[in-house]
Amino acid sequence: MQKVTMKTKAKKAWRKPSLYGPDIDLSVYTDQAEEQMPVKDLRELPGQISEESREAGITLESGCRSGSFFQIDHSVVLASSYESGLEVMNISDALQEYDWLSAFLWKAVSVDSDKYTAQSELNRHNGYFLRALPGHKVVFPLQACLFMKQEGLAQNVHNIIIAEEGSEMHIITGCATALSVQEGLHIGISEFYIKKNARITFTMIHNWSEKIVVRPRSAAIVYDNGVFLSNYICMKPVKSLQMYPTAYCAGADSTVRFNSIVSAEKGSDIDIGSRVFLKAAGSRAEVIARAVSTGGTVKARGHLIGEVAGIKAHLECRGLLLSDEGIIHAIPELEGRADNIDMSHEAAVGRINEEEIQYLMARGLRDDEAKAAVVRGFLDVEIKGLPEQLQKEIKNALKIKEKGNYLL
Amino acid sequence: MIEIRNLTVSVDNRTILNDVELHVSRGETVALFGPNGSGKTSLLYAIIGIPKYTVESGTILFNGQDITKLSIDERARLGIGMAFQRPPAVRGVKLNHILELCLAQRGVTDSADINNCIHELQLSDLRNRDVNLGFSGGEVKRSELVQLLAQNPDFMMFDEPDSGVDLVSIQAVGRIINQLLEKEIMARRRTKAALIISHAGHILDHVNADRAYVMLHGTMYCAGNPGDILDDIREKGYEGCITCKK
Repeated sequence: MQKVTMKTKAKKAWRKPSLYGPDIDLSVYTDQAEEQMPVKDLRELPGQISEESREAGITLESGCRSGSFFQIDHSVVLASSYESGLEVMNISDALQEYDWLSAFLWKAVSVDSDKYTAQSELNRHNGYFLRALPGHKVVFPLQACLFMKQEGLAQNVHNIIIAEEGSEMHIITGCATALSVQEGLHIGISEFYIKKNARITFTMIHNWSEKIVVRPRSAAIVYDNGVFLSNYICMKPVKSLQMYPTAYCAGADSTVRFNSIVSAEKGSDIDIGSRVFLKAAGSRAEVIARAVSTGGTVKARGHLIGEVAGIKAHLECRGLLLSDEGIIHAIPELEGRADNIDMSHEAAVGRINEEEIQYLMARGLRDDEAKAAVVRGFLDVEIKGLPEQLQKEIKNALKIKEKGNYLL
Repeated sequence: MIEIRNLTVSVDNRTILNDVELHVSRGETVALFGPNGSGKTSLLYAIIGIPKYTVESGTILFNGQDITKLSIDERARLGIGMAFQRPPAVRGVKLNHILELCLAQRGVTDSADINNCIHELQLSDLRNRDVNLGFSGGEVKRSELVQLLAQNPDFMMFDEPDSGVDLVSIQAVGRIINQLLEKEIMARRRTKAALIISHAGHILDHVNADRAYVMLHGTMYCAGNPGDILDDIREKGYEGCITCKK
């Protein structure tokens, strides 16, 4: 019954443009993908795929991961959990196996939000289901990779991530394309459910290419005393990326933190934001954004909505322009709907401070080294609450991207 | 070590240093006095090579080499260092990272001197903080000193190392400057040299200066024994220097 309703809603939203970002003509992308063969181990993946996905934080060795999910185009080639208490499945399989799971489909994200959510419902191409069972605390991060290999393809995935009561998991998810892919569309729906006393850290590294259009649609519902930490890194060119993930602090004393680090090269159009509804007493939210433009356009949005007394939230957005052609537009919004709330924001956009460069040059650093140090420092957002290993991996991912980018 | 000949410098087409002459020899410590706005810091910026300070005429020689047209980092790598009076905060760049970068340029990975200095100047808590961000006036001075120690230049410029430093800390600051300038060894064996700006001269109670200059309105007015000059300034003010020159 519910499926029919969702399909109906999706059909009504079939042409509905998003409130943000350029409108995309979905008809130019093909919906037909070649079937990819499953693998037993990520080391069986072709060299180029493993190389590209490595830059998106995916490791081929299973030893330091609690589970792996890998999808190429529309085919799930691997879905494995390496420990009990953790489920890693193709969402299509999971929906067949668990009757209750359909209730979590389109619960956090509305199916009729726009044409992209509608497209995902009407033409879903798998995605992942991750679940930590009650009380299970995952030590190593689990990884998920959504890879696009076929030219001109639309990849529409739907992911559901559930942390049951008292559980904990760290997820690193990488999205990447094959070097040969010129055009493509990625729509990724991700719905997170963080139950009482549970915790999820979710780190997404995007590694797209110049002609790829990306429309993630994510939302998280955080229940009593739950914690949701989301980190997003995109340091590679992308044609158009628009996302505005939303978290709902639904339970008392729940915590949400969004960190995002994006870099827009010439030709990249990035419209990215984070929104948190603080709906329960004692809930906390922090949104930290860093944007660099070397010629591209970044709209950095943030929206905090305080609905009840006793909440605390802060939004910080900093933009660094490294080119005369770039544009960074910071749009922070605070919306208080109750008294006795504590919400604040700070936003700053500017060019690199010559005085800082000269100061470092006076210590003997060359001009480019000084600039790299300042930019690296600017991007060095300390991500609280992450395990040390994952923190290191994120720093390494940033370093790799800096090297391949404009900084070194 | 450093020789400045007929240096005229402008900022935004306004002359701020006029026909300045100055020299500091190897092993020497030279003080530079002058009231606020007299051009002392501008002279240091011109020597280190801040581009905004345009050299209109004259030359800056370092160990006989004309460095007037060199970039800041080229001068730094030749062996010129500066402890800034009001350095900028560099968000995300830790003090420790700068120390590592300075040491790496010298091929050093760890330094007992640095660790001792950090201990003596009570900088342990600042090591992993963004450099100068939220530092107090005294913390800035001490952080600048430890950076110079890591850099280990031959010619050092200290811009008001005593301002904003409490009376107890100034002793430690003095000890570090003496260490930097190899004051523990005989003068003729020293390889380092320094130019120290001091508004009130407090640092000279802890660091012996060999000579002193007085700068007024962007021009050198006087040179001589630092103690005598300081006594005159304390007695007659800088007005006395103007009268004296007339």
